Amino acid sequence: MEHKHQEHAALADTFNANEPRVNWHDETLWWVRQKRDRMAWSLPEWEELREAASRIKHNVLGNLHDYLLEFEKNAVANGAVVHWAADAAEHNKIVLQLLQEQGVKRMVKSKSMLTEECHLNPYLAEHGIEVVDTDLGERIVQLAKEPPSHIVLPCIHKKKEEIGELFHEHLGTPAGNADPKFLTAAARQHLRKEFIQSRVAITGVNFAVAETGEMVVCTNEGNADMGAHLADVHIACMGLEKIIPQRKHLGVFLRLLARSATGQPITTYSSHFRKPKAGQQLHIVLVDNGRSRQLGREDFRNSLKCIRCGACMNTCPVYRRSGGHSYHNAIAGPIGSILAPNLDMKEYADLPFASTLCGSCSNVCPVKIDIHQQLYKWRQVITKEGYTGKTKAAGMHAMNIVLSKPGLYKTAGGVGRWVMRTFPAVVNNGMNPWYKQREMPAPPKDSFADWYKKNRK
Amino acid sequence: MSREAILAAIKNNQPAYQELPDLSGFSHAGAGDPAAFKKVVESLGGQVFEIASFTEIQPLVAEHYTDLSKVVAIEDAYLPGAATGWQTGDGRQLEQVDLAIIPGQLGVAENGAIWVTEKEMEVRVLPFITQHLALVISKDAILPTMHDAYARIGGPENGFGAFIAGPSKTADIEQSLVLGAHGAKSLTVFIIG
Repeated sequence: MEHKHQEHAALADTFNANEPRVNWHDETLWWVRQKRDRMAWSLPEWEELREAASRIKHNVLGNLHDYLLEFEKNAVANGAVVHWAADAAEHNKIVLQLLQEQGVKRMVKSKSMLTEECHLNPYLAEHGIEVVDTDLGERIVQLAKEPPSHIVLPCIHKKKEEIGELFHEHLGTPAGNADPKFLTAAARQHLRKEFIQSRVAITGVNFAVAETGEMVVCTNEGNADMGAHLADVHIACMGLEKIIPQRKHLGVFLRLLARSATGQPITTYSSHFRKPKAGQQLHIVLVDNGRSRQLGREDFRNSLKCIRCGACMNTCPVYRRSGGHSYHNAIAGPIGSILAPNLDMKEYADLPFASTLCGSCSNVCPVKIDIHQQLYKWRQVITKEGYTGKTKAAGMHAMNIVLSKPGLYKTAGGVGRWVMRTFPAVVNNGMNPWYKQREMPAPPKDSFADWYKKNRK
Repeated sequence: MSREAILAAIKNNQPAYQELPDLSGFSHAGAGDPAAFKKVVESLGGQVFEIASFTEIQPLVAEHYTDLSKVVAIEDAYLPGAATGWQTGDGRQLEQVDLAIIPGQLGVAENGAIWVTEKEMEVRVLPFITQHLALVISKDAILPTMHDAYARIGGPENGFGAFIAGPSKTADIEQSLVLGAHGAKSLTVFIIG
């Protein structure tokens, strides 16, 4: 499949064209980040919780094979049917087949970043099945024919007036009404009809417990529960890494998840699905899609600890100012930039460079993933594999030559300072990426080496 | 078949086994603080009433809810004369329920969450499909944290259970908090004892 996408920098440029919008986006996410801080600081044991969560997840990674088997055994004993999918294509095929067996043309889905990752909706649409996303934010971007721009706040990039317009067009709300309360009520009515009529519901999974074979789904809206409890068939799609060992470990993760995500003490609904209700079918689709490969990459395997809270995005100075869509991947932001190159190193070679490496993402991560260090490591891998742009590669090559030869470095430094002083236009122009949004510094008269010679005592 | 291939790849790629951490340091011996619990529930948009007996529920419901035509109560003692026969069906029969009054097993003081299982709700969709939800918990069933809650709950005793913390809500439209997304538009908690 040949398709061209723009790179992060170009897509960010588009987003940056509207400066007030960027400032608003930045401030909104920073506000969420501050709410997270207040919640974290209110628990004296916050750091111990993060450490415990990270160590539980490390135990999971080191024992994933057995935990998956334990989970499967218990889930089957509970009456669920467990499916295994090697990749996105197989996942989509399994879901399609289940839907075809039911003969449905339309069904409800609650938020699942995994199905976004697998591009399930367009695949089902190609086969004549319409998916109705039921999380309000996801429904909004679905009506706008866009992907979510944030894993927790899918339409964080949209203004209420735009949403009012979408609802006017698709749900028949009065033109010009952009009141969030009114629009939410309209969506509630519209989606209630879908829930009542739908015979199949797809949900994501936040945590799957090996010990009990149950799955925990967290929402604020209650959409996962409305869908799953009313449908004849509940299909739960989960990445392999969602497994945790025992029920008591939920205590750690449920304390961290919503506090890190939105600054709430817990999500409104933390639902534990173990057995299908009488007469209902429960299907669980376990999806690999590169996760077993990432497990084998020692430098990047910690990314599989991620519990999808979005804290790294909310704090990221690049994400906040470039918008989720600039990452051209289902999962945006710092963690998405680690996960994406594992899926396709060439396609996502730009993403690990979309970071200041400031480390803020790692500092807020509730499972202590070394996010910025992994981004730095991906840059090295990607450069070695030859996936960086020609300009960057040539620049690095030239720098390598100059920096590894002291004589050449000295000469080049002298020439450089002379050129900058004499013909400032050579560097102060749009061709120079360092000149973008900033002035070049005035060149010093002497090099540091000259200064040192003169001044050392 | 993918199952074997995936499991083989995982076995081959997984890091060395690491022990699970000890979580005992997070547990509390004592009870949770009902005042703290009340404060969190209110901050989540719920309302809390401390009552001495079930007979106080009916007048409080009459005072705080106008325009209720269909009320479902799990215990007859909560609201004598509430609807009956609603348990039969696939859940869709509950579409018109205005208020459901359901017992909760325990409450968590740190986050206002109340544990309810299908034993208490009888029909799984009930606490979600009802327009308004009331949960009844005993004062001595309030525990400090989630760790204490899971210790009390133990293994799963039912096919479905949920922690419910406040009314359904969303902030997807410009981060404006709106109560009543898809689940119950309001939550009332009766603490008895």
